[in-house]
Amino acid sequence: MRPVRFNIHPKQGEPNKSILMTEAPEGYSGQGFFTTKLSDVVGLARKNSIWPLPFATSCCGIEFMATMGAHYDLARFGAERVGFSPRQCDLLMVMGTIAKKMAPVVKQVYLQMAEPRWVLSVGACASSGGIFDTYSVLQGIDQIIPVDVYVPGCPPRPEAILDGFMKIQELVGKESIRRRNSPQYAALLESYGIQ
Amino acid sequence: MALTNEIIQQQLTEKFGDQVYNFESPFGLLTFQSPKEMNLKVLQFLYENENLQFTFLTDLCAVHYPDNKGQELAVVYLLHNLRENIRVRYKIFTDIQQPDIFTATKLFEAANWMERETYDFFGVNFIGHPNLKRVLNADEMDYFPLRKEYPLEDQTRIDKDDAMFGRGGSIF
Amino acid sequence: MLETKEMQPHHVKLPDGSIEKLTTTLNLGPTHPATHGVFQNILELDGERIVSAEQTVGYIHRAFEKLAERRPLYQITPITDRLNYCSSPLNNMGWHMTCEKLLGVKTPKRVDYLRIIIMELARISDHLICNSIVGVDSGAYTGFLYVMQYRELIYEIYEEVCGSRLTTNIGRIGGFERNFSDTAFQKLEKFLREYPKVLKEFENLFTRNRIFMDRLKNTGGISAERALNYGFTGPNLRAAGVDYDVRVHNPYSSYEDFEFTVPVGSTGDNYDRFLVRNAEMWQSLSLIEQAYRKVQEFKGAEAEVYHADAPAYYLPEKKDVYTKMEQLIWHFKIIMGETEIPKGEVYHSVEGANGELGFYLISDGGRTPYRLHFRRPSFIYYQAYSELTKGSMLSDAIITMSSLNLIAGELDA
Repeated sequence: MRPVRFNIHPKQGEPNKSILMTEAPEGYSGQGFFTTKLSDVVGLARKNSIWPLPFATSCCGIEFMATMGAHYDLARFGAERVGFSPRQCDLLMVMGTIAKKMAPVVKQVYLQMAEPRWVLSVGACASSGGIFDTYSVLQGIDQIIPVDVYVPGCPPRPEAILDGFMKIQELVGKESIRRRNSPQYAALLESYGIQ
Repeated sequence: MALTNEIIQQQLTEKFGDQVYNFESPFGLLTFQSPKEMNLKVLQFLYENENLQFTFLTDLCAVHYPDNKGQELAVVYLLHNLRENIRVRYKIFTDIQQPDIFTATKLFEAANWMERETYDFFGVNFIGHPNLKRVLNADEMDYFPLRKEYPLEDQTRIDKDDAMFGRGGSIF
Repeated sequence: MLETKEMQPHHVKLPDGSIEKLTTTLNLGPTHPATHGVFQNILELDGERIVSAEQTVGYIHRAFEKLAERRPLYQITPITDRLNYCSSPLNNMGWHMTCEKLLGVKTPKRVDYLRIIIMELARISDHLICNSIVGVDSGAYTGFLYVMQYRELIYEIYEEVCGSRLTTNIGRIGGFERNFSDTAFQKLEKFLREYPKVLKEFENLFTRNRIFMDRLKNTGGISAERALNYGFTGPNLRAAGVDYDVRVHNPYSSYEDFEFTVPVGSTGDNYDRFLVRNAEMWQSLSLIEQAYRKVQEFKGAEAEVYHADAPAYYLPEKKDVYTKMEQLIWHFKIIMGETEIPKGEVYHSVEGANGELGFYLISDGGRTPYRLHFRRPSFIYYQAYSELTKGSMLSDAIITMSSLNLIAGELDA
């Protein structure tokens, strides 16, 4: 069962805090030194400089164009460097329908990415097949690769894509640096047939 | 002299006699049929006759009528005379056991992929086509998905088998 | 090219199992950023010249036609959204007009004019993406970022009319879901006020730009005869010099009431395609202005007309559906296709952003279409890509691809 959350307690905006500055992680500071956990520093650096790989196949890709544009501006989150080479990217953003003919290509792109890597599944088609419950469409990319964050919508608004991206940032920031070496992670990849 | 449906029909019957039949004009669009062996002759006549000049192939698709025994598959050509701005729809029917039809690629380059698509969806075998293989579906597919007997849904999915979603059940 | 191995100077000894040939095979796509969507091109290159190209499509084939056989008429509208998603309203309205033709619904003039406003906005947003992407591919990223901001103005109008930005599902069989609000008209006015300057600026950036012209002129050209034989329609055909436009030849939605010209090119190359699209945007602007003026002429009760009087097919108002039993039943019946649908075969086409977008609908009187075939312009003209790029440079082939405006969703259906 996937957890379902409803937006029943909308957060009130705080005008004074509307500009977010990145804060230093928890730690001890004294004269001329500052100690903290290595994973926190690494997480801080990683989450504010994610290189996305846009894997845009259809309609959601057009909304991603709007997200990248000046109006919504993904660059505010440290992700203006959109890379098209999987070798250099951290975040695979799958946007749009993935047909069965395309599925091996998505998997190949995922395999080509270096660890640590995250996957954001944008839109109903990538997440579950969406309205296309047909013989030719893959019913969600989580059948072939592990997904970190799903963004609902058909297509999601740019705000929703940004929200999904911020959720990824949260995950990236809090991730333990040992996670990718853990047996649980190996088992997860194993379940997708990835060594 | 403006070209009208009547003139086209008259010209066709003059040339082919009772080999062209079932003339009708639903919504003003002249529709007729011929035996499937005649398709290239009819298309070429429509293309080359200086009064008709149907030189633009707008559309080509197939329709499956499973109850129409011996003539299950219809291949529909939609031709356009751009000078006179008039269209005709031309149909041929074929047996699904032997869906062999002559290709129109020699007349229209546009027919190339349209015929491949028709092959992909319905398995119509276009004789003489330069590269008759699947165009939209994966090459490994072993059936022709738009034929009526095949299901729409992905058969591997198990978590959405609720009849309320239209799976397992049918709204017909 | 030297024929035998011995004749070649400095012949390099290749590892065992390598294929020896004089051309290079380059696999472009299906995930390459320059392909704008998912197409695969296997190019044979001699140096940088393309010897042959073979296209593979179908990477987002979603079985629209099979899906449409399972859905009542209204439920097909969201599928048409996803054909050419850069200009969804054109597809929606094309489909609604096809249904109206089959069902014999006659729309009032005001509805036609409102539709024209929305359809021409869609055409502008589509051409805007195509032309700015041509800029991106020839190395001018600025234009793209600049006009993307102003595409938001169009999306805001859609949002005001139907509540959605991209896949609009706009309108109903017989008209619109509700009348245009005052805000919608204000936003339209704002668009009409601001957009010409933007377009002018965009043209200034590109049209006479030396680098841009050198990249686009005489690349990817096609003659009018070949274009017709390949089934080209829309701006790509007009760039080759054939003035075929469905809006003029088979007017729908009262296009016959409007004054506009059909821009044509002469050589059918990338530059002509770019110019034709730009000129069409100006024509669309003028059409929107004319339609808006005509809409304003309706006064009193006439100004409240936004749908045809066809209670058997036009969905009842949402407010009534929630409060009145009768209306709820009608809503349900129409959505589920329980109302009477005549038998028949209809072909209706509209001038989509890429060309003639046709709907071939066969109804056997059941709830759902017996067969629905989409005539998808980009599927048909993409066949010509190998001919367009033969002998050209690799970098020109990329621009040819973007100036053809290939939309994967429409192409693969």
